[in-house]
Amino acid sequence: MTTAEMLELDRLREEVAQWRARFDAATKRNALFANSGHVVEPLYTALDIAGDAAAAEVPGEFPFTRGIHPTGYRGKLWTMRQFAGFGTAPETNARYKYLLSQGQTGLSVAFDFPTLMGYDSDHPRSEGEVGKCGVAISSLADMETLFEGIPLDKVSVSMTINGPAVILFAFYVAAAEKQGAVAAELRGTIQNDILKEYMAQHAWVYPIEPALRLIVDNFAWSAEHVPLWNTISISGYHIREAGATAAQELAFTLADGFTYVERGIARGLDVDDFAPRLSFFWDIHNDFFEEIAKLRAARRIWARHMRERFGAKDTRSLIMRFHSQTAGVTLTAQQPMNNIVRVAYQAMAAVLGGTQSLHTNSMDETLALPTEQAVEVALRTQQVLAYETGVPNVADPLGGSYYVEALTDKLESEAEALFTKIEEVGGVVRGLETGWLQRQISESSSRQQWEVEQRRRTIVGVNDFVTDEGELTIPLLKVGAEAEREQRSRMAAMRASRDDALVKLRLAALRDAAKTDANLMPLILDCARAYCTLYEIRAAMEEVFGAYREPVFF
Amino acid sequence: MRPIRVLVAKPGLDGHDRGAKVVAAALRDAGMEVIYTGLHQTPEMIATAAIQEDVDVVGLSILSGAHMTLIPRVLDLLRDDGREDILVTGGGIIPREDMDALEARGTGRLFGPGTPTSELVEYIHNWFEAREAQTA
Repeated sequence: MTTAEMLELDRLREEVAQWRARFDAATKRNALFANSGHVVEPLYTALDIAGDAAAAEVPGEFPFTRGIHPTGYRGKLWTMRQFAGFGTAPETNARYKYLLSQGQTGLSVAFDFPTLMGYDSDHPRSEGEVGKCGVAISSLADMETLFEGIPLDKVSVSMTINGPAVILFAFYVAAAEKQGAVAAELRGTIQNDILKEYMAQHAWVYPIEPALRLIVDNFAWSAEHVPLWNTISISGYHIREAGATAAQELAFTLADGFTYVERGIARGLDVDDFAPRLSFFWDIHNDFFEEIAKLRAARRIWARHMRERFGAKDTRSLIMRFHSQTAGVTLTAQQPMNNIVRVAYQAMAAVLGGTQSLHTNSMDETLALPTEQAVEVALRTQQVLAYETGVPNVADPLGGSYYVEALTDKLESEAEALFTKIEEVGGVVRGLETGWLQRQISESSSRQQWEVEQRRRTIVGVNDFVTDEGELTIPLLKVGAEAEREQRSRMAAMRASRDDALVKLRLAALRDAAKTDANLMPLILDCARAYCTLYEIRAAMEEVFGAYREPVFF
Repeated sequence: MRPIRVLVAKPGLDGHDRGAKVVAAALRDAGMEVIYTGLHQTPEMIATAAIQEDVDVVGLSILSGAHMTLIPRVLDLLRDDGREDILVTGGGIIPREDMDALEARGTGRLFGPGTPTSELVEYIHNWFEAREAQTA
C-alpha cells in the first residue's frame, strides 16, 4: 500500500468513526439485523476490504472468486433446468417434451421415493408411494420410456439419485446405447453424493464405506467411458434445507467434496483424471447478499484446496461448476403467490453468484408437486432475469462491493474454521457415524424455528402480515393411485418378457464381484442391459454390503 | 398430572425429518416424554412401537404424498389392537381435502407447514386433559 493510500484510509477511518457516533445516537427499528449465521454491520466501507486480494481479480482466473468464465454470461447463459418428475415414465416423458418446447435447455429427473431408496414399484415397501413425488423407474424398460423421443446425445440430463445412483446411471447409459447414442457424447449429472444423504437428505442404501467404494468405482469407470458426464453433484442444497446456516452449508459440502477427492486419490486415481467432472449444487436462500457471497467463497475455497492441498494442476480440476436451486424451505403454504417473489429474488442471487444452471421452485410446492402453470411461471422467472433485467450483461457485477467482498471473506474464514472442527471430530465419515454433523444442522434448525416463533425473524404471511385466507385459491396437481397400478402392470409385463436365466447369471456375477475389489460399474451395467430391476441389483450388493442404520436422535 | 407420552414417527420412505425433529424437541421442551422412531418406518413398526411404549399420542410426519396410504394403516393397526384411545395426529405436505378425509377417518388434527409448535403443544394438552376427564 502506498503512503497516499494509507493516508486515504486514515481519513476514511475518521469519517467512519464520526458516522458511527451519529448512527449510535439515532433511533433504529427493533429488528434482527442478521443473516443466517451472524449479525451484520450497518455499513461496510473500504476499511473492511483493505488489502483484499479479490479486488485485483478478474473472472476466469485463479482462485475464481469472480466466476469460472472470462466471459461471464456473455459466452453462455446459465442452463435453465427445472427438476421434474411424477407418476409413470410416460407421464413424465410428456412433461419433459413440454418443458423442452417451452425453451428449457436441460432436463432434471425427480424420482419417486421408492426409486430413491432402491425399491421397485411392485415391492411391498413402495405401496402408496409410487410416482408420488417423482417418477417411478424400476428398470431399463422404464428409463427407455422416460426418454423416448428425446435424443440423449443432444440433451443434458441431471438425475437426483444417490443411494442407488450407480444403478440408475447404468439404466441411463443402457437406454442411451439403445437409442444409438455414443457414450463419450453423453452429457449430464448424477447427484451420487452419499455423504450428504447421511447428513441431511436420508435416501441411503448401504453403509458408508461400501457406498463410497461405489462412488469411486463410478469416478474411475466414467473417466474412461463417459468423460463429459458429471459423476457427482456435491450438494449443499439438502444440508441447508435441513437447517444449516450458509457457512455450515458451505463448509460441510466442501468437506464432503474433499473427502471424495481423498478417496479417489487413495484408490490410485490421478486427481486431474476425475476432479474435472466433480460438480456442486447449492441452495439459494433468502438472504440476498449472503447467498452471493457464499457462491463466491465456494469457488475460491475449492480452487485453493484443490491446488494447494491435493496438487491438482489442470484448471478444470480447480474450477467449481455448480447448479443452484432456490430454497424450497423458504416457500410458504400461506399466501402461496408470494413465493413467486421469493423465488425471483433467490434466482437473481444465484445468477449474481455465477451459477452454471438453475432450478426455480414453483409457488405451490409446499402444498403438492407443481402444476404445469406454476412450473411455467417459475421458468418464465428465469427468462425475465436472463433477457430483461440486464443482470447477466456484466461478469460478477457485485465484485468490489464492500459488503459482498467482506462477506465473501467472512464466509471463507468461517468455513475454514469449520474444516478444522471437522478434523477435530475425526473427519466427515467419523462425524457422520457419531452424529456430530447431523447435530450441528439440527441445532441450527431449532434456532431458526425459535427465531421465527419468537417473531425475531419475519416470514411474510406466516408470522406477520397474516391474512385470514379461508380456502386455498391455487389449483394443485394430484397424483392418484392409477400411477401405482399402471406401474405394477408395466413391471409385470417387463418381468414376463425378459430372459430369467440371464437375469440370475448377471446378478450372481455382480454379487460375487462385490466381494472382491473389482470395479462394479461394468457388472451393474450388464445387469441393467439384462433388465434386472433396481431392487434386484440393490439386493445383490446388499447381500455383501449390508444396509445403513442411522443414529437416531433429536 | 403424569407427563404425556408421545411417539413421533416417520412412516414410509420419505427422508425429510427436519419438521419431525423440531416438533419432537418442542414437545419435549413442553414437558412431554417423547420417543422418536427415526426414518423409514412401516405402519406396522410404528403401531408396535406405540403399543410397546404405551404412548398417549402418535405424531406422524409425512412429506412424501403417501399420507392417504400410510396414515389410515397406522389407524387400522391401532384399532385392531383395541387402542382407539391413542391419538393419531401429525402433519406435513398434505393438501386440505386430504386432511379433511383423514380427520373424518379418525385421526386427530393434522397440521401444515408454518404451524407454530406452540399450537401443537396446546392441541395435545387439551386433547389429553379431555381424555383424562372422560376416563376419570
